[in-house]
Amino acid sequence: MKRKVKWDNLYLIIMFVILYTPIFYLIYYSFNSGGTMHHFQGFTLEWYKEVFQDTRLLIIVLNTFVIALLASAISTILGVMGALAIYYVKKRRMKNLLLTLNNVLIVSPDVIIGASFLILFTIIGIQLGFTSVLLSHIAFSVPIVVLMVLPKLQEMSPTLIDAARDLGANQWNVLTKVILPFITPGIFAGFFMALTYSLDDFAVTFFVTGNGFSTLSVEIYSRARQGISLSINALSTLLFLFTVLLVVGYYFISQRSSRLYGMGGRK
Amino acid sequence: MKHNTRNVYLIPYVLWIVLFVVAPILLILYYSFFDIEGQWTIANYKKFFTPIYLKMTFSSFWYAFLITVFSLLIAYPTAYLLTKTKHKQLWLLLIILPTWVNLLLKVYAFLGIFGTYGLANAVLEALGVGTKQILFTDFSFVFVSVYIFIPFMVLPIFNALEELNPSLVDAARDLGASAWTTFRRVVFPLTIDGVKAGCQAVFIPALSLFMITRLIAGNRVITLGTAIEEHFLVTQDWGMGATIAVFLIIAMAIVVIITGNRK
Repeated sequence: MKRKVKWDNLYLIIMFVILYTPIFYLIYYSFNSGGTMHHFQGFTLEWYKEVFQDTRLLIIVLNTFVIALLASAISTILGVMGALAIYYVKKRRMKNLLLTLNNVLIVSPDVIIGASFLILFTIIGIQLGFTSVLLSHIAFSVPIVVLMVLPKLQEMSPTLIDAARDLGANQWNVLTKVILPFITPGIFAGFFMALTYSLDDFAVTFFVTGNGFSTLSVEIYSRARQGISLSINALSTLLFLFTVLLVVGYYFISQRSSRLYGMGGRK
Repeated sequence: MKHNTRNVYLIPYVLWIVLFVVAPILLILYYSFFDIEGQWTIANYKKFFTPIYLKMTFSSFWYAFLITVFSLLIAYPTAYLLTKTKHKQLWLLLIILPTWVNLLLKVYAFLGIFGTYGLANAVLEALGVGTKQILFTDFSFVFVSVYIFIPFMVLPIFNALEELNPSLVDAARDLGASAWTTFRRVVFPLTIDGVKAGCQAVFIPALSLFMITRLIAGNRVITLGTAIEEHFLVTQDWGMGATIAVFLIIAMAIVVIITGNRK
């Protein structure tokens, strides 16, 4: 019995090693003065200096965060409205139709979303750049927020609303004093998910970004296509630290709502 | 007691659905009937059924299938063993954490690991196999894709295993079933929903990823996604790109229908 347990642990350990090797490989070589991702020559912070002196890159980082924060804030508002809309729809068929349409963008491959949005923006006449990227990030984050908020709404006892109404609360009071406080954990979870989706997105942005505007993922892609440059490694170390912070934040929020929501879904 | 104000929430939401869900799909369909000069034609569909495109579609499906199978084979035991650990939520979080690292960065890391002097070749060298060309091969493409997708496969299977009532396993064992029989007849059938969800989460993106093929497979592997990207952004033949997209949407719908009959 004891031996079996050991083998089990070995399997898991190997899994974790493989999962984390690429990440730590990147971080390790970000300190390499040799300038390559093999043969560690000596310790240096040169690449970090390069990242912080690269104004273009810093602007792109700023763009990425502005887009992510705006997109997740707006899509959270839209998503909460969407969840409420689905919640209030009484007809079962209508509800299912809305849910199906909601899930289309979640299941769709990024390439399809990107290509179809490119056509859409071209036809409407929205210039490719900040606006088109922001709009598409909002668009693909809305269904995620809906899926995070809806279970919370369904958990809520309808008697709460009835009680509030009986006590004379109007529609607005019911929303702000009863419903929103109850679904707050779901809203936060949705916001965080939207944020990570937006920060992480490459394919959709790649399609709708045009020439002048770039986000981090797109920039990393075009740099990686030119080969290895250790400033990308330095950047990835910084991003990894940031991600860990985000995850810890998310973890505490979801701990508070006493339930880990389904995560993942990068397509 | 009907409150008309309640339906107010439907307005922005339905607007979003129409503008960003329905319209884009219709536009894709619409564009697939135009050639590069803007003439109305069904030539794109004819072209799709020529051997070149069919072969590409077939190989794209084949790679997606391989990636899904390998992900499943690796992820199922992982999920199973995870449910047996102490602090399993923490371990699960550690499995999920890499998915929060930018996809491009992980792919980029493999440029270094699989490079001529990279880690993989150093290991091969130490084992006495000698240096091999790993980057820009089919193997590297499948490996990196499986690496990327494993967490998405582990998560739904883990959830399904968590829902499984352990007394069912005990009952099977008490009734004399071997460990393998218990797995085959009890555990696996009861977690099939998680497996289906995982396969869906892996197969569809595997059909359409294009950055991995570009960076790791060096254009050796062409998936449906690569072809769409090529037509839209390189050759500017939106009609043909849209046509391939139509078939990708159909494939996606079929996969969702097959794997989607969950409660």
